[in-house]
Amino acid sequence: MEQERTFLEYLRDVSENSSPLDFYLIYDNIDRFFMGAWITIEITFLSLFLGGLLCIPLAIARAYKTPYLNGPIWCFTYFFRGTPLLVQTYLFYFGLGQFEWVRESFLWGPVLSSAWWCVLIAFTLNTAAYTTEFLRGAIESTPWGEIEASKASGMSPWTRMRRIVLPSSFRRALPAYSNEVIFMVHGSVVASTVTLQDLLGVGRWLNGRYYLAYEGFITAMVFYMCIVFMISKGFKFAENRWLGHLRQRDTSLDEADEPVLIAIR
Amino acid sequence: MDVVFEYRGQLIDGTIVTIGLALSSLLLSVICGLIGAFMKLSESRILQKIGNLYTTLVRGVPDLVLMMLLFYGGQQLINDFGYWTGLWDYIDINQFISGVFTLGFIFGAYMTETFRGAILAIPKGQIEAATAAGMNPGLIFRRVTWPQMVRFALPSFTNNWLVLIKSTALVSVIGLHDLVWNAFAAGRSVRMLFTFMIAVLIVYLLITATSDFFLRWMDRKYSAGVRRA
Repeated sequence: MEQERTFLEYLRDVSENSSPLDFYLIYDNIDRFFMGAWITIEITFLSLFLGGLLCIPLAIARAYKTPYLNGPIWCFTYFFRGTPLLVQTYLFYFGLGQFEWVRESFLWGPVLSSAWWCVLIAFTLNTAAYTTEFLRGAIESTPWGEIEASKASGMSPWTRMRRIVLPSSFRRALPAYSNEVIFMVHGSVVASTVTLQDLLGVGRWLNGRYYLAYEGFITAMVFYMCIVFMISKGFKFAENRWLGHLRQRDTSLDEADEPVLIAIR
Repeated sequence: MDVVFEYRGQLIDGTIVTIGLALSSLLLSVICGLIGAFMKLSESRILQKIGNLYTTLVRGVPDLVLMMLLFYGGQQLINDFGYWTGLWDYIDINQFISGVFTLGFIFGAYMTETFRGAILAIPKGQIEAATAAGMNPGLIFRRVTWPQMVRFALPSFTNNWLVLIKSTALVSVIGLHDLVWNAFAAGRSVRMLFTFMIAVLIVYLLITATSDFFLRWMDRKYSAGVRRA
């Protein structure tokens, strides 16, 4: 207790006298920031999970050019990949209320009138569209020898898909997927524009309430950086674990383990 | 859709603002990207560190957060600094400028990686040959590096541009009267937001489709004389 009080006094002293940022205020509201971080993470990962489930059948249908399905799925992915996530979210949150039949349907009360659900739906469809396209690429680039070998050992198409094609495609899609996850974290700030209290939402709230310019945004920035850092570390671990057999033996002297920044959209 | 047609003036104005914003930030991002790429490829450890810091920062922070920080915080910082040094009175950073600076800064980091990869893809022997022929670094860049760099960088450049176009929508959140803002205002006044948002999505699709087409043409032009598999 004594320790904490001296720390707080120190923090208050620094904030009042020598620092342009009010650290004490940030410390006071840190629990709200953790709540915001939780909402950001919850929305991001839930939509990634649901989008990931949705994209597997879509990607298979696209990769094998299934008649009647390929065209519509292409339209879906082209539409969601060619337009901003912000407008897609507005379309669901603000747009759906335009229709009488939506407002009177049983879904309106619990689902379609709540910001949380609309954001989840928009994010899920968005990430599903992107993931479908690069999973399709990964499925199409399955080495033909693997398919031949599985046919020769008598696997049915279903077993072949489940045991050969999908696992190796997932592995090949992993580096692109790490970019997608980070882009979803970046994209999740859109949630704060439709009244959700995610990390940026909390930052905006703090700045608005105390009439500040930096504190809320800088704290949110630090939180986002931590989240992205942890995700990058996680993916690096996963790539070492599941892509170890594809890694080139490191012969160069300079370190090349910096994650390369690639815009995937 | 008749209503959308009635409001076409506002939508067209907004589209012009959006495209202007995107093109200005693209220009700034190319400049930032070139500087970043040369920092990352330079011999100096400090410049390399700064370049890495730049890309890591952009990878870690969402664009809207940086935009708001610049729009609200940067304004105060610049004016406090001006007041403190007495150099300038009051500078107003409007939404357009902060949008251009943030997007340019952010996509500069993506361009950094694009250009770095493209420069690394040029065979080293060519640079050595150019040096041996007595060219100075500026001339080497203009005659040897740049024309080939464009070709290697184009696919990733196209990608960055398509992402940038979509990121411009976020500037409406800090209040720039761009396509999204105008359509939102119009849609709210006639209570037909769905229709208006669909119209916005179609305009964005048109922009991305057109630029895709144009950049494909550029790609063909710059890869003239290159054998394709």
